[in-house]
Amino acid sequence: MANIMIRQNAAGGLVFYLPKRDLEAAIESIEFDTAEKWGGVLMLENGGSYYVDPIAKPARLPISVRARRLGAAED
Amino acid sequence: MAALTREESAALIAEVLEVYPEKAKKDRAKHLMVNDTTLESSKKCITSNRKSLPGVMTMRGCAYAGSKGVVWGPIKDIISISHGPIGCGQYARAGRRNYYVGTTGADAFCEMNFTSDFQERDIVFGGDKKLAKLIEEIEILFPLNKGISVQSECPIGLIGDDIEAVSKKAAAQIGKPVVPVRCEGFRGVSQSLGHHIANDSVRDWILSNRDGQAFETTPYDVAILGDYNIGGDAWASRILLEEMGLRVVAQWSGDGTLAEMENTPNVKLNLLHCYRSMNYISRHMEEKYGIPWMEYNFFGPTKIKESLRKIASFFDDKIKAGAEAVIEKYTPMMDEVIAKYKPRLEGKKVMLYVGGLRPRHVVGAYEDLGMEVVGTGYEFAHNDDYDRTIKEMGDATLIYDDVTGYEFEEFVKACKPDLIGSGIKEKYVFHKMGIPFRQLHSWDYSGPYHGCDGFAIFAKDMDLTLNNPCWNMMKAPWDKAAVAAEQKAA
Ligand code: SF4
Repeated sequence: MANIMIRQNAAGGLVFYLPKRDLEAAIESIEFDTAEKWGGVLMLENGGSYYVDPIAKPARLPISVRARRLGAAED
Repeated sequence: MAALTREESAALIAEVLEVYPEKAKKDRAKHLMVNDTTLESSKKCITSNRKSLPGVMTMRGCAYAGSKGVVWGPIKDIISISHGPIGCGQYARAGRRNYYVGTTGADAFCEMNFTSDFQERDIVFGGDKKLAKLIEEIEILFPLNKGISVQSECPIGLIGDDIEAVSKKAAAQIGKPVVPVRCEGFRGVSQSLGHHIANDSVRDWILSNRDGQAFETTPYDVAILGDYNIGGDAWASRILLEEMGLRVVAQWSGDGTLAEMENTPNVKLNLLHCYRSMNYISRHMEEKYGIPWMEYNFFGPTKIKESLRKIASFFDDKIKAGAEAVIEKYTPMMDEVIAKYKPRLEGKKVMLYVGGLRPRHVVGAYEDLGMEVVGTGYEFAHNDDYDRTIKEMGDATLIYDDVTGYEFEEFVKACKPDLIGSGIKEKYVFHKMGIPFRQLHSWDYSGPYHGCDGFAIFAKDMDLTLNNPCWNMMKAPWDKAAVAAEQKAA
């Protein structure tokens, strides 16, 4: 499990940030994106994927959450 | 037009790599690329933020240098103790020329070296007692300090001293923040991790100190982040921001104070100049306080104009009009600078190899002067820096990460730039090769280079360096005569 931060970029897309390794990558898809349920599997532009426990959609980004690494793309 | 074509650049990289043993070659190949402006992400082309190869000359520093030298050092009313042996602090002292207003030794302390001067005894028995005593002494001798930071050098982590406990106790005693910073030099691969650690320690020990306290705000409050006021850079930037109607609440950290940092959570926008060293705290403030942040670039008129407009877009029409007025006011001055220096510099080729933001930020300033940057590289960048660099640089130019002394020299020999901008370690090598050189870390004892006033100085300095008559005198007169005679005979 790692602490990650999800923020919104100027274009409105979601960006994944892993402070521990200074890894920044655009989020290509998020599994759940409704008001009650937000999170699940995050597919990153660099090919990696992470899982965050679904929560109610945060009122404001950025938000720091715990995430589990699924597929390792970043070396 | 790049100095070399894509094929030539690729061939040059291959040729330079030829001398390395197999394993080293494989490793270094990942750090060198030929720029392709169509790319969005640098990930496939360049690897960065990796341990330097043993046996090569690298220009990197250590985490302690990143924390004490870059982030914490320039805060003028905080005393940063170089905790450990004396050398690390002494050789890093005031070298970056972070200007500040204040009386050194009374209410400002950047140029002084405070150290616990570790001896063998301290390594064997631990240095915690010494640190506590040192803080006590500082309080007596320099009562106007606003806080203390303890910057760990390598041995502190190795012998396992508990600087956190000492700091907490001392803070309670003197009633000021005492910040333990775990920036031992062996952490990470370069000074970059030191910036991160320093940001985290500011976040944990300083940033929220004044939460909930009243602070008179205006809708136009901003903070300058990642400007270390080298040669007065932050001042030259601040003028422009204030003229367009903004109120600069804090400067991080050049000519900055503890109070400014503590007040930063109240601003409306964080302006980030050096992304590499302060994006961490910007991200944190964005999450905790909802303060947006943006990168800007105050090198050269084109980028200044772009940045002023981008900054203004976060505010109302009054600021937008202010930005236009500032641009209008300074354009004639900048045009004059360009009219004067462009004819003397036009078409000249530049190669860069610097640190946090300059390898991409100064490109625009050179282009404004009609010069072309044919190669650039960072000492300690991460891939997001290269993502940003690809778009700034011309197609088929060279990009090198953590370049080794040998590679840089070979690249220079092949590209034959008219000017090199890099650090003090490279300076004399290239001087001896007869190539004009500017030290771009602390502006070669000049500056400021930021802002409109800075651009005038930048242009003048480049001209003075490049068109200095000394470069025609690299050969002794008798050698010249011999060469001429030979040519005649032939
Ligand atoms: S690597 Fe360690 S010993 Fe060397 S300057 Fe950095 S902190 Fe000091």
